Amino acid sequence: MSEPLGVTPAQTVGPYLHIGLRWPDGPYVVPEGTPGAFWIRGRIVDGTGAPVVDAIVESWQADPDGRFDHPDDPRGARPPALAGFRGFGRSETDGQGCYRLLTVKPGSLPDPDGGTEAPHLTLSVFGRGLLHRLVTRLYFPDEQEANAVDPVLCGVNADRRDTLLASPAPDGLHFDIRLQGDRETVFFAV
Amino acid sequence: MTQDVHQAGSGLILPRYRRDDVDAHPPLLSPGYRSTVARAPQQPLTHLPQRLTEITGPLLGEGRLGDLDHDLTRQHDGEPQGQRIIVHGRVRDGDGRPVPRTLVEIWQANAAGRYRHASDTWAAPLDPHFDGVGRVLTDDHGRYRFITVQPGAYPWRNHDNAWRPAHIHFSLFGRAFTQRLVTQMYFPGDPLFVQDPIFQSVRDPNARQRLIARYDHANTVPEWALAYEFDIVLRGRESTPFEDEDDDE
Repeated sequence: MSEPLGVTPAQTVGPYLHIGLRWPDGPYVVPEGTPGAFWIRGRIVDGTGAPVVDAIVESWQADPDGRFDHPDDPRGARPPALAGFRGFGRSETDGQGCYRLLTVKPGSLPDPDGGTEAPHLTLSVFGRGLLHRLVTRLYFPDEQEANAVDPVLCGVNADRRDTLLASPAPDGLHFDIRLQGDRETVFFAV
Repeated sequence: MTQDVHQAGSGLILPRYRRDDVDAHPPLLSPGYRSTVARAPQQPLTHLPQRLTEITGPLLGEGRLGDLDHDLTRQHDGEPQGQRIIVHGRVRDGDGRPVPRTLVEIWQANAAGRYRHASDTWAAPLDPHFDGVGRVLTDDHGRYRFITVQPGAYPWRNHDNAWRPAHIHFSLFGRAFTQRLVTQMYFPGDPLFVQDPIFQSVRDPNARQRLIARYDHANTVPEWALAYEFDIVLRGRESTPFEDEDDDE
């Protein structure tokens, strides 16, 4: 095996990200009207508490059965039973730094070590001033037992775990992302 | 192909992607680029074991592309101003394997260095024939090709007399969440590199060179367009002697 090729370095999306990354259907992981669909909404703030108005959030998740329509899932790629389920969402932040994603709750996942991962979304944040994406995860507030044994959550400092936990909201869930400082969101190296 | 496997209690066998070197990407806090100061996390990143969510990812694009999405010079009734160029290259992973059928999204300023964006107030003209956005899927060999115009440099307010070198933004998905990459392509020999904190934020000079396209005379089309070649490398898989031919599609 020869020496691996060096990867192309990341660069910021810059302030004009909307030109290339705006999709009219971006926020819809599932189409409107999908049974069980709810909104995830939140605000991105910087270290000064100011809203981050030039960012995008992308989400990726399993379907409600905990399956992926992807050839590298060793259980086999399986098209989702739920019509129109894309698994992927993309939302720019608005003038208040808020993003929104319409989705359904993913199933739990088997973990290679024999445990179970609690239902979660993985999120990437891109923005002006971010030279590389930030990666975080969103967990569900009604999954206390599953969250307590989730192998990724258990690897996070106990006093910061709550930054990965969404809270109930009138039409779904609320999940703020704090880039820096007080109650900074946990970000991951993948 | 060669891929790493992770097998234990559940019997679940997952490929594992090689983690990037510390210097492969710019540090999130790069004070020369002022916007990083209030936006870079202060806590160290937490190690995330790669599991099902990370080794899978969206395989998007087939239904999202229009016939002319690859040709930024033919999206209006007239041709845009500026030097017509071809930008092409291969998308591979760190082991040299092509990344086929993956979505590549680009956006850029026009020939005068102006973006078609409400927030861009630089006093250069907009071009009614240029939006500056393109999309393609790589072919079965990981190749992509755009036709566009050479973007202009433009001033910004990061530091005194600050100018961005001409660049094209690139967004790539690869095959898995771990491979997602957004970057910028630059042009060879740009005199503005020395004062650009975004380009310079990549500390390793060899890595920085990977952001610069190569002038490609062999693919330059006589009396029509200059060509630039920009190859992109997404992270590869950790290697173990596990052979698997099933994804040579």
